[in-house]
Amino acid sequence: MKVWITAMLAIVRREALRFVHQRSRFLAALVRPLVWLVVFAAGFRAALGLSIIPPYQTYITYEIYIVPGLCGMIQLFNGMQSSLSLVYDQEMGSMRLLLTSPLPRWWLLLSKLLAGVAVSILQVYVFLAVAAGFGITLPGWGYVAALPALVISGLMLGALGLLISSTIRQLENFAGVMNFVIFPMFFMSTALYPLWKMAESSELLRDICAWNPFTHAVELIRFALYLELNLPALGWVTACFALFFGLAVVGYDPAYGMTRRRRQG
Amino acid sequence: MTGDLARMTALSVTDLGYSYGPKRALDGVSFALRPGFTALLGPNGAGKSTLFSLLTRLFVTREGQITVAGHDMARAPRAALSRIGVVFQQPTLDLDMSVARNMRYFAALHGIAGREADARAADALDRLGMAERSAEKVRNLNGGHRRRMEIARALIHRPQVLLLDEPTVGLDFQSRQAIVDHVHGLAGNGLTVLWATHLVDEIRDSDDVVVLHQGRVLAHDSAERLHRGAPLSEVFMQMTGGTEAAR
Repeated sequence: MKVWITAMLAIVRREALRFVHQRSRFLAALVRPLVWLVVFAAGFRAALGLSIIPPYQTYITYEIYIVPGLCGMIQLFNGMQSSLSLVYDQEMGSMRLLLTSPLPRWWLLLSKLLAGVAVSILQVYVFLAVAAGFGITLPGWGYVAALPALVISGLMLGALGLLISSTIRQLENFAGVMNFVIFPMFFMSTALYPLWKMAESSELLRDICAWNPFTHAVELIRFALYLELNLPALGWVTACFALFFGLAVVGYDPAYGMTRRRRQG
Repeated sequence: MTGDLARMTALSVTDLGYSYGPKRALDGVSFALRPGFTALLGPNGAGKSTLFSLLTRLFVTREGQITVAGHDMARAPRAALSRIGVVFQQPTLDLDMSVARNMRYFAALHGIAGREADARAADALDRLGMAERSAEKVRNLNGGHRRRMEIARALIHRPQVLLLDEPTVGLDFQSRQAIVDHVHGLAGNGLTVLWATHLVDEIRDSDDVVVLHQGRVLAHDSAERLHRGAPLSEVFMQMTGGTEAAR
């Protein structure tokens, strides 16, 4: 077991160091949600009226409403960014090296996943700190209670990225992921508007949002930030994590997955 | 191959086959390697990379058997993989980290940490004449030194078998020669080396050669016996129908 832990810690440390070296990536990850928070939310606060819905006990401003969604957005982008770097790693030798390590492949992939989650959580907390600097604050203990929720939602979104990386063969195909995964997942969720608001425009859209795993990740974070546990959301997110991770492990299995489809000289 | 012989050899491959859809990439490939330097010689597209992918379990096949130091790759993949060191064509180093930090990462992937990892990294770098570069960032190393570091990286867990997939690609003549010399030195010290190449000038008379062409083993003998005084490049071209000039 010590061998397994040693390898996992090394993978997490390497990913964290990589992240530290890529300051522009860190900046981009921070600026994106801040732009939404400061520009988009400020514009929309007048247009959107929000009724009192759980977990909120009083009327809230739109900026407050979208904070959990933006935390989810950071993790969503981070999951896809990790996926992108995995596709890059496959073209280079580092993924091959990882997969030829004498440890179970699912463990190596889980380590890689945890490394991405650790980085995403760091980003989320820096974002929350900057948001607090703008006066957008949440209950004090909520920041602590959100941590386990962020771990689970990060795992689910990272596993989705892992699954996507096992099916994509070339870096060039990655633009498609932006258009067909990130944007629909983000916009068709409760990150920007609550479900009842969606239902006002379209029942179908509301149903899609209700099925979207990202919605549940956002709700899990939202409730945790207000010291409440959203059990259905937890169930959804956990089940989606298990499904995505299971499929990703199959995708990386040499007997079934992407390595088999790659042609070599 | 009998079980006893399989145990004596560090790496043995028996009747290995692999297809990409209808295209046959490897067909009935068999050989057994003892400690020393063996060149896997074949033109581009001969199936060398496919064979390497199978030897490192990036691919698996139901046809045939791979045994590493007595461990069956299909039944005990982790035991087999722990005895193999691999140098891929593609780089695996993190350019923004120091040589030592990269080495510690590779050691950790084999479960080696702390002082033991440092000692092994120092030992492996020393064997490749890289000890004094330990603190340098990989980005500052030239191509030849990066390749040497890849080899040091592959030796850190003290494997019995070292696989190198065209490790001199893209290097100038001098760096190439230095790496060939280093690896021959390692093979002389009891390591089993399988060196895939299409360049005959990397092969010495005392080396064993497995000639692979269109997914089949055409010959497996010492280089000296294969060429019998004629230039090895000509013999190789005759065997493979002159598919590729190899000098």
